Amino acid sequence: MRANRRRLVNWLGIVCGFGLLASLPLFLNDFLMTIAVVIGINVIIVFGLSLLMGYAGQISLGHAGLYGLGAYTSAVMSTKLHLDPWLTIVAGALLAGAAAYLIGLPALRLRGHYLAMATLGAGVIMQIMFVELSGITGGPAGISSIPNLKIGHLILDQTGAYFYVVLAAVAVSLWLSLNVVRSQKGRALRAMHGNELAAASIGVDTARAKLFIFTLSGVFAGLAGGLYAHYLTYISPDSFGTSLSILLVAMVVIGGSQSVVAAGLGAALLTVISEYFRTYQDWSLVFFGLSLVLVMIFAPRGLFVETAAVAKRLVARVVKRRGPVES
Amino acid sequence: MARKLSTRLLVVLAVAAVFIAGCAKTATTTKTEVKQPFKVGAVLSVTGANAPLGDAEKKALELEVASINKDGGANGHQLEIVIEDDESDTTKAVAAVNKLIKVDKVVAVVGGTGTGSAMGIKPIITASKIPFVAMAAGNGITAADNTWVFRAPAKNAVAADKALEYISKTLKLKKIAVLYDSNPFGQDGIDEIKKEVIAKDMTIVSEQKYETNATDVTAQLTTIKAANPECVIVWGTNPMPAKAAQTMKQLSMTMPYIGSHGIANTKFIDLAGDAANGVVFPAGKILIPSSIKDAGQKAAVDKFITDYKAKYDGIAPNTFAGHAYDALHIVSDALGIAGSDSAKLRTQIEKTSGFAGPDGIYKYSKTNHDGLATSDLIMIKIVGGKWTLVE
Amino acid sequence: MLLSKVLQFVITGVANGAIYALIALGFTLIYNSRQIINFAQGEFVVIGGMAAYTFYVTAHLPLPVALLAAILVVTLLGVAFERFVILPLKNAASISLIIATIGMSIFLRTGAMLIWGKEAMTLPHFFGDKPWNIMGATILPQQIFIIAITLVIVVGMQLFFRLTVTGKAMLAASMNPEAARLMGIRSERMVMYSFAFSAALGAVAGVSIAPLVMMSFGSGAALGIKGFSAAILGGLTNPLGAVLGGLSLGVIESVGAGLISSAFKEAIALIVLLMVLLIKPSGVFGKIGTRRHAR
Repeated sequence: MRANRRRLVNWLGIVCGFGLLASLPLFLNDFLMTIAVVIGINVIIVFGLSLLMGYAGQISLGHAGLYGLGAYTSAVMSTKLHLDPWLTIVAGALLAGAAAYLIGLPALRLRGHYLAMATLGAGVIMQIMFVELSGITGGPAGISSIPNLKIGHLILDQTGAYFYVVLAAVAVSLWLSLNVVRSQKGRALRAMHGNELAAASIGVDTARAKLFIFTLSGVFAGLAGGLYAHYLTYISPDSFGTSLSILLVAMVVIGGSQSVVAAGLGAALLTVISEYFRTYQDWSLVFFGLSLVLVMIFAPRGLFVETAAVAKRLVARVVKRRGPVES
Repeated sequence: MARKLSTRLLVVLAVAAVFIAGCAKTATTTKTEVKQPFKVGAVLSVTGANAPLGDAEKKALELEVASINKDGGANGHQLEIVIEDDESDTTKAVAAVNKLIKVDKVVAVVGGTGTGSAMGIKPIITASKIPFVAMAAGNGITAADNTWVFRAPAKNAVAADKALEYISKTLKLKKIAVLYDSNPFGQDGIDEIKKEVIAKDMTIVSEQKYETNATDVTAQLTTIKAANPECVIVWGTNPMPAKAAQTMKQLSMTMPYIGSHGIANTKFIDLAGDAANGVVFPAGKILIPSSIKDAGQKAAVDKFITDYKAKYDGIAPNTFAGHAYDALHIVSDALGIAGSDSAKLRTQIEKTSGFAGPDGIYKYSKTNHDGLATSDLIMIKIVGGKWTLVE
Repeated sequence: MLLSKVLQFVITGVANGAIYALIALGFTLIYNSRQIINFAQGEFVVIGGMAAYTFYVTAHLPLPVALLAAILVVTLLGVAFERFVILPLKNAASISLIIATIGMSIFLRTGAMLIWGKEAMTLPHFFGDKPWNIMGATILPQQIFIIAITLVIVVGMQLFFRLTVTGKAMLAASMNPEAARLMGIRSERMVMYSFAFSAALGAVAGVSIAPLVMMSFGSGAALGIKGFSAAILGGLTNPLGAVLGGLSLGVIESVGAGLISSAFKEAIALIVLLMVLLIKPSGVFGKIGTRRHAR
C-alpha cells in the first residue's frame, strides 16, 4: 500500500517534470532551445548507459560508436534511399541495438577493465568504418543535406518544434528504463550488481539479463544518433569518437549511476556546463576538467544521488521531530 | 539685493554653461554615433585539434576589426566582432552559430576553422538566411546549396591542381605515390589527385593513408618505397607531414617530396629540421610577399604583415591568419556598400570582384562562391630552412 | 626486396611497440596499487616530453640534466595528483576514481596547452638521426635507445618488487591493504609511491619518444589508449606482460598496415586485441583468479 503510494508520487513527479519541460520554449530563447535539444539527445544515451552501469554493473567505452551507427544508418537511408526519416530513425535504433547485441554476446563475458577495453575497441572500429566505407558513408567528409523530420507540411528544423520530438523520445526511453528497473529483470540485475554469484544461485540468468540491458542501451544510443543526424542535417565521423564515449560515461557517474533519473540529470548538467565554459575559450576545458574532479571528490556517488540522499535525511529529520506530536 | 542678483546671475550662468556643454556633447555624439555598429560573428576552433589554425585566425580578426574601425568602419558603421570557440567539435560549432544568430543577432558569420565545423554551420546559415564566409578548405563547403555560403581560402581541389601542375609541367614526372591523412583534408586531396592524374597522363603507383593522430608512418612509406614512385605527394596538416619527411630521409627515399598547403607554416620547418629541405608545396602568396605582382594586393599584404608583427611579438601571420583577414574584409566591404540587410548583403558579397587580400584577388559570381584560382597560389621550395619561390 | 620490406615492417613494429610498452608500464603500476585505469597517463607522457623541450631547447640545459629535470617535474605532478585527487577518494568506488582521472586528463591537457601553446614540438635525437642498416631495413639510434630503456626498466621493476623492502611492501599493500596495514605497511604511502613511479615512467616515455613523436598538447589521448591496449593485452598486472603486449601491438599494427591496408592499420590491431581477449579474457599474460582485494 505504502509502496504503491510512493510509486504514484514518483510518477506524478515525473509527469509534472515533463509538463514543466514542455513549457520551456515559453521561457528560453531559440539558442537555449538548441542546447536543450542536445541535452535531450545526450540524456537518451545516458539512460541506457546508466542501466548498464548502475544496474548491470557493466561499463562501455564504445557507446559513441553505437550512437554513430544510429546516426549513419538513418542518414544514409534517408538521403540515399529517400525513405521517411521517421522510419529511418527507428531503423537506426534497431540496427544499433543489433550491433550492441552482437558486440555484447562475446564481450560481456569480460569483466571490468577488460570489458572497457573491448567496448572501446569496438567503438574505435565502428568509427574507422564510418571513415573507410566511404561509398556509403561519404568518408571523412561525412554526409550533408540530411532531410529534416516532417509532420505533414510542417518541417521540424532547428527551432522549437524539434525540441518536442526529442522530449517525446526522452519520455519514451525514460518510461522503458523505469519499467526495466521495476521489472523482475531489473530487480534481478540489482541483485547481480551486488553479488553475481548470489544472483545466479537464486536462479537469475545473469548473462541474459546483462545482454538484454546492453542491447537496450544500444537501441537508445542509436535512437539518439538518428535524432542527432536529422537535427544537425550534417554528420561526420569526428562526432562519434572515443572522447565522446568517455564523456558519456562521465555524465552517468557525475549524475549518479544508481538512478536513471540522476544519470539523466548528470547528462543535462555536463552539457550545460560544457556549453557555458565554452565562452572562456582557452580556459574552458581547465574548468571543465576541474569540475569533474571536484564533483567526484565531494559527491563520489554522483551529484544527484548524493543530493537526494541529503534531502531524504533532512525530510526524515523533520518527520521525526514532528512525529511524536502527530501520534 | 545685489547679493541676490549676483546669485541669480551665477545660477543663470551655471545653467547656461551646463546647457552649452550638453549641446556640445550632443553635437559631438550626433556627429560620430548616429550609425549603429554592425555585429559580425565568428566561429573559430580556438581550442581542440585545430587550435593552431584557429588561434592565428582569432588574432587576425581582432587585429583587423580594430584596424577597420580606426579607418572609419564599414561606411561609418563600427564593426563589432563576437568570437565563439567551437573546440574543434561540429556539435559545438552548431551551438555557437545558433548563439551568434539568435542571441547576438549578427548580420554575417565568418569562420569554420575546420571543414567539419564549416559543414555543421552551413545548414543553419542556409535556414536562417545569413551570409557566411568560410575559412576552411574542404571541397564540400561551397557545393550546392551554397546560396548563403562563400569561401575565403583556396579550396583543396585548387591546391591539389597546383601541385599536380608543378609535377607534370615543371618536374615532368609520371609515376606518383600519395600519402594522405584520413581526415576530410586528406580525402579532398586524394580525390582531386585521382581525378586529375588521368587527364595529365600520370599514374598513382601507391596510395597510403594514416590516422591524423598517428605517431609513425614508416610502414606506409616502406610500401611506397617498394612501389618505386618518381615523387611522393604528402597531403595532410602538421605535424605528420614533417614526420613523413624525416622518415623518407631515414629510408633513404631521395625522390621529390611534394606537400600540401597544409604545411604552409614555419612550424613544418621547425619540426622536420634538415628533412624539410627540398620539400615543395603550394601556398598563398602571403608566405613570400615579394612574389605578389598586383600593387594593391602587395600594399594590403605588406600592411597586414607589419601590423600583425607589431601586435603579436614579431611573429609573421601564416596563411590561416590570411584567411581570416580576407573573410572579414570581404564582409566588411560588402556591409559598407549594402548595409546589414541580409539579402542585400549576400548579393553584394556575390558581386565582390577584384578585392585583393593575402589569399589572392577574389572574383565571386552567382555560380562561383570560391573566388580564387590556381594563379592565386605559388609553389614554394624549402631551401636551407627558408621558403624560396619556385618560378 | 620483399624480405627487406617485411623486415622493415617488423623492425618498425618493434620500435613503435617499445613506445607503447613504455607507456603501458605506467598503467600497470597504478593498476597494481589501486585497481584503476589512470586516464591521465598519456598526459604524463606529453608533459614529460614538453617539459624536456622547455629545459633543453628554451633553457639550454645540458641534455641529461634537462631530461632528469623533466622527469622530476612530472614525478612531483604525480605525487600532487595522488595527494589532491586520489587520496580524498580513498573510500570511493573505482569508477568514481576513474572519472576523476578523466577530469585530471582534461585539466592537464588544457594546462599543457596554456603553458606550451597549441603547436606540436619535437626534441633533437639523443644520438643523432643517422639510421642503422640491418639487411636493407633501417632503424634509428633513438629507437634502439627506447627499446633498451624499456628492457632496463622492466628488469629494474622486477628486481625492485622482488628484492627491495619498499617494493615488497608496495606489492603487499596492493594485494591486501588491510593485512599489509596489520603488518605495519602504510598502504596510503605505497599508493603515493606508485603514482610517483608511474608518473616518472610516463615522463621517461615522454622524453624518450619526444625526438620521434611530434607531440602537441592533445597527443596524450591517443598515446594513452595505445598504452592501455598494450597493458590489457599483457594482462594489466604484469609488467613483463605489458612489454610483450606493447611489442606485439606494435608489430601487428606495422605488419598489418604494410601487408594488408594502411587505412585499417588501427582496426586490424584492435580486432586482434579483441580476439585475444575473447580467447583469454584476462589478457595473454594475466592470471585468471588472482583476486585482488576489493575496495
